[in-house]
Amino acid sequence: MVDTAEGHAFVEFDRVQKSYDGETLVVKDLNLSMPKGEFLTMLGPSGSGKTTCLMMLAGFETATHGDIRLDGQGINNIPPHKRGIGMVFQNYALFPHMTVNENLAFPLEIRKMGKAEREEKVKRALEMVQMGAFGARRIAQLSGGQQQRIALARALVFDPSLVLMDEPLGALDKQLREHMQFEIKRIADDLDITVVYVTHDQTEALTMSDRVAVFDDGRIQQLAPPDQLYEEPENSFVAQFIGENNTLEGVVEEIRNDQALVRLDGGGLIDTTPVNVSKVGERTKVSIRPERVEFGRDRLGEDAHTLNAEVLEFIYMGDIFRTRLRVAGNDDFIVKTRNAVNQVRFEPGQQIEIGWLAQDCRALDA
Amino acid sequence: MQKLRALLLISPLLAFILITFIAPIADMLFRSVENKIVEETLPHTVALIDSGGDIETVVPGEKVFSALYVDMFVAAEKKEHTRLGTRLNYEESGISSLFRKSGRRVDRLDVEVYREQFENIDPSWGEIATWQSLADNSDASDMLPRAMWAYNAWRDYLIADGDNPDEEELEDFIYVALYDDLIALEDASEAGDLIQRSANAVPDFETVNFKEAFIGFDKDWGAEDVWKTIRTYSPPYTEGYFLNAIDLQKEFEGYSVRPENERIYGVLFMRTLFMSLVITGCAILLGYPIAWLMSNRPMREANLLMIMVLLPFWTSLLVRTSAWKVMLQQQGVINDTLVWLNIVDEAGRLVLINNQFGTIVAMTHILLPFMVLPLYSVMRTIPETYTRAAKSLGATNWTAFWRVYFPLSVPGIGAGSILVFILSIGYYITPEIVGGTTGTFISNRIAYHISSSLNWGLAAALGTILLAVVLLLYWVYDRIVGIDNVKLGG
Repeated sequence: MVDTAEGHAFVEFDRVQKSYDGETLVVKDLNLSMPKGEFLTMLGPSGSGKTTCLMMLAGFETATHGDIRLDGQGINNIPPHKRGIGMVFQNYALFPHMTVNENLAFPLEIRKMGKAEREEKVKRALEMVQMGAFGARRIAQLSGGQQQRIALARALVFDPSLVLMDEPLGALDKQLREHMQFEIKRIADDLDITVVYVTHDQTEALTMSDRVAVFDDGRIQQLAPPDQLYEEPENSFVAQFIGENNTLEGVVEEIRNDQALVRLDGGGLIDTTPVNVSKVGERTKVSIRPERVEFGRDRLGEDAHTLNAEVLEFIYMGDIFRTRLRVAGNDDFIVKTRNAVNQVRFEPGQQIEIGWLAQDCRALDA
Repeated sequence: MQKLRALLLISPLLAFILITFIAPIADMLFRSVENKIVEETLPHTVALIDSGGDIETVVPGEKVFSALYVDMFVAAEKKEHTRLGTRLNYEESGISSLFRKSGRRVDRLDVEVYREQFENIDPSWGEIATWQSLADNSDASDMLPRAMWAYNAWRDYLIADGDNPDEEELEDFIYVALYDDLIALEDASEAGDLIQRSANAVPDFETVNFKEAFIGFDKDWGAEDVWKTIRTYSPPYTEGYFLNAIDLQKEFEGYSVRPENERIYGVLFMRTLFMSLVITGCAILLGYPIAWLMSNRPMREANLLMIMVLLPFWTSLLVRTSAWKVMLQQQGVINDTLVWLNIVDEAGRLVLINNQFGTIVAMTHILLPFMVLPLYSVMRTIPETYTRAAKSLGATNWTAFWRVYFPLSVPGIGAGSILVFILSIGYYITPEIVGGTTGTFISNRIAYHISSSLNWGLAAALGTILLAVVLLLYWVYDRIVGIDNVKLGG
């Protein structure tokens, strides 16, 4: 676990387990600690336990086992309304019978804040999300994107130190979503708040987060900054889940220095970086990113192993070319090349030779 | 074409509703003001009264009584005079027996003298052929309207009795009508010889004093009250039923408030409204928590609760109400239990039924599903995230409920309340069985007038007022809450 330099962590899950029916664990042995001010994303397929974790943090679910701490204090027995955590819900959960102003004033009223101060804060929060002119509107009169902004403003208006977001952009169209990603990130940085963000959209996770926790099967599979997550996946689930990935299966034939020689099931030998293989004879899934595949020998080492491939399909996508190859029995081997001046364009049926640097090719668990 | 097909599809339902719903309501609205019976039964009397002729005093003079004799004779033969008597008896008691008595007596009154004098002028007055030819001649009919009406009425009731008028002797009363016509005839020069001769002769006729005769039948015919009533209710349409329904009465001199001991409808209307409100309130108090549980528990539990709510729905209304009788009566389950537990003693058994309490308890139970179902259907659509959001913003359970959940469930309360209130305001069976005298509703009074007192006009007026009240409430509700906000399902 990455612990913080300044002593204790701000948010901490300590061996947390959760089961709804007392038999199957939805969350298995979750350990996580976050420093103050971090933007952490919980990413994973549905049913991976990420939302359950968020709900436990918010207080709507109780942990079956283990401790959750906020700012060093155990919060297992603190009811949600006393946790002081801001939350943005998937469908915004803006109160339809109140105006925008009333929605925003709600948490302030509950905190018995004076009228003048309340109005000042509501105004500032609306301006922060660039919705200053919409205070008197009813919720039903707002578009999805506008509702999203109001939901964000409401979660922030009472100055919570921690804000949870449960797939807040899921209902928006692609363009708006990208815009809002940027907006949320900017606000979070400006206010220096700690954010736990749940999504199943990996682009969202990679572009917004300081760190991403990839969930699967009730466990964190990998917790790392986005670049590390993408370039150095620790297991084949993460490699598959984040970004596009080519997988070749094989058996470790030789481990030497920090390289492993793998004999593929479909024939051929390749150089890989061993990640979680340790001995000869072990089965492995080898992962190579489509943009790290090389065609010419000139960029590879003299003694690098190469594979023969047959071009099955060539797709022109504007900024990039996408080529589907048959490599060592795998018909879905994708190669992406940049649309540069001298870039070769393949024809289906063409026989080519491909290779890669050993450091880009990771031998993971089978 | 599309529209036509759509219309065709709904036409069976449309016809059904028109026949069984719209038409009866229209009929009821009409009956509440309709009053043609007086005019139809006593046409000539009413015509004379309305034209103002011979009406210097409340009790009219000889001319009107003469017309009354003819009208009454026909009515008695057709046996319609008792119906009119019953009708007028609603307004002034005693008129029913007055009419019944007079109907018998007019038959026996000797008016042969008219016939004899006409036959003396011309024997052909005694022949049916003469009369029939006059009846077939439209000029003569215009000249002798009452005589022709009397003649035709005579033929009609004979035929109705299965006799052949052509073989019967003309009745004496027809000549009275003839006399009245000829006396009133101003210019006989256009008429035929027979009529001219008769018209010239009638001023010297020996007559019967009908006023004296009627007063002889019953001295009430000389009473102002009777004539005031007849004259007040002679128009074909009347607001009298409505006035009755709100404890006023229409009198000859104008409207007046009924005497204290006859005012019952105001109290009944107020009681009906008040008790319906109490029942609606009770249904909200009992139904809201159930609906809340149903919409917040897992499916299995919610279904079980739903069945328990609907179970009474599937039982006969009569059975349910009778069950309450068993529960609540003084020798019933509750009282027995209380006595057994020594909470009350034998003499102090509680009166739980045949009063308002009984009606409220039984009706709340019966109408509860109508509150729970709309509430449930609204609550089911309130996402849990609203409450969660409120809590995450710092609201306690109570604040989250009161500020967020409750306002969102108000349309359900509105829909349920309107349903329960409108149903209970017109409820009949339950108050009839468990209401006693203090727990009955206006509908019980309506039923009484429909089936016992047979005063359908008053029943219709009461029903119309009830309908108006419901529509008014509906309108008020629409203005305040908005009917669009009412969700009955989904």
